[in-house]
Amino acid sequence: MEDSSGSNESIKRVIEALLFVSESPVPIERIGLVLEDLDSSEIRKAVEELKNDYETAKRSLVIQEVAGGYQMTTNPLYALWLRKFLKKTHGEKLSGPSLETLAIIAYKQPVTRQEIEFIRGVNVEGVLKALLEKGLIRIQGRKEIIGRPLLYGTSREFLEYFGLSALEELPPIEEFVQQGEQLEASLPEDSSEAATPAQQDTQNESKEITS
Amino acid sequence: MGYKIKLELFEGPLDLLLFLIKKEEMDVTDIPISQITQQYLEYLEVMQLLDLEIAGEFLVMAAELMRIKSRLLLPPEEQPAEELEEEDPRAELVRRLLEYQKFKEAAKRLGNFESTRKEVFTRRTGEILNLSEEGGEAYFETGIFDLITAFSKVIQRLPKKILYEIVKDEFTVEEKIHEILHLIVTEPVLYFSKLFEKAKSRLEVVATFLAILELIRLQEIVVRQKALFDDIEILRNTEKVQPKVKENS
Repeated sequence: MEDSSGSNESIKRVIEALLFVSESPVPIERIGLVLEDLDSSEIRKAVEELKNDYETAKRSLVIQEVAGGYQMTTNPLYALWLRKFLKKTHGEKLSGPSLETLAIIAYKQPVTRQEIEFIRGVNVEGVLKALLEKGLIRIQGRKEIIGRPLLYGTSREFLEYFGLSALEELPPIEEFVQQGEQLEASLPEDSSEAATPAQQDTQNESKEITS
Repeated sequence: MGYKIKLELFEGPLDLLLFLIKKEEMDVTDIPISQITQQYLEYLEVMQLLDLEIAGEFLVMAAELMRIKSRLLLPPEEQPAEELEEEDPRAELVRRLLEYQKFKEAAKRLGNFESTRKEVFTRRTGEILNLSEEGGEAYFETGIFDLITAFSKVIQRLPKKILYEIVKDEFTVEEKIHEILHLIVTEPVLYFSKLFEKAKSRLEVVATFLAILELIRLQEIVVRQKALFDDIEILRNTEKVQPKVKENS
């Protein structure tokens, strides 16, 4: 039992070692199993301090909060050398369809295949299978409607893959709405074809919006 | 039976519609339906011309476009002002397009997250596992000269008397290709030396060797070795077949 005031430094060293050997993000609770005497807020404080230490020291390693845990990763600045070392290119990225499907699942989960297909306008069976295989999505149950279709949601690996600490870190979907509001307000009543050519000359922009 | 290429450019009908809208600088909320229908159909025609496989969804959308178009052409129904405003026939389509666009943008954002994350390396990721799959030993790809060296060793090792039996057996490269492909399905790693062990004649050895070269050319297999002059290992070229997936621990 050394003096507990200085323990903070040793706690940090223990956590540092844990993070070093871990392959996936380590949740606070997991650290708590090792540092039994500490509660989660104390651990969190220590990890955050350690994180700051790494940042200020400008090491090639950083500590990131990812997928509900903490993870030691390399600083992005060194990606170039690491790629060379690991003999890899920029790596396979997910395809457009995969990303679209994931986006829908991430925001709409739990969601059925039919619901995804309605939004994307195409069959997503193959994409879902691939995403399941990659572990990026999970089956979360069945929807209690006719046919009891499967419900899909994102997994912890999803967060890790995209470097997110939690789903809440995703920008709100409303952020992606561009002309959305305009639509609700004004579906123009005169169809641009067929009808009412006479109206076109008159200046009635303001009129159009009202309905 | 020609090849059917799946057009990746447009993932689906909504994607194609958004593209056309953007290209023609149309207003999503006020789509000139006959113009877009015409262009949409022209694209389908080109796709057909190129013998691309057109997914059924594209045709369903074509029908939907024509349905909307015809409804717009019909005079508005003379109905008591029950529903004060009859909904624009395009409304449903517009809603879907906007909804889809939203998720397309969200997908782009996910792509950015992905790129950012790819700049970061962690302990023992899938990639590192690929570098050293078994017990952390590094491999390098075997060059053609290493193959030839190994080959000549095999030739030298052949017992002499067997050479007289050449006339009896006939081996084609094609047969050997099939044989290797079959072997490699069941066994993850084939050893160069083992592959030749049961070879009975010089001709068979040659055929086997040529088969290996051909399979490398076809990107069906890769050859590698732990160290120079070490036994050459033959593996399936899985990279070509499917992207590496990070193992779930």
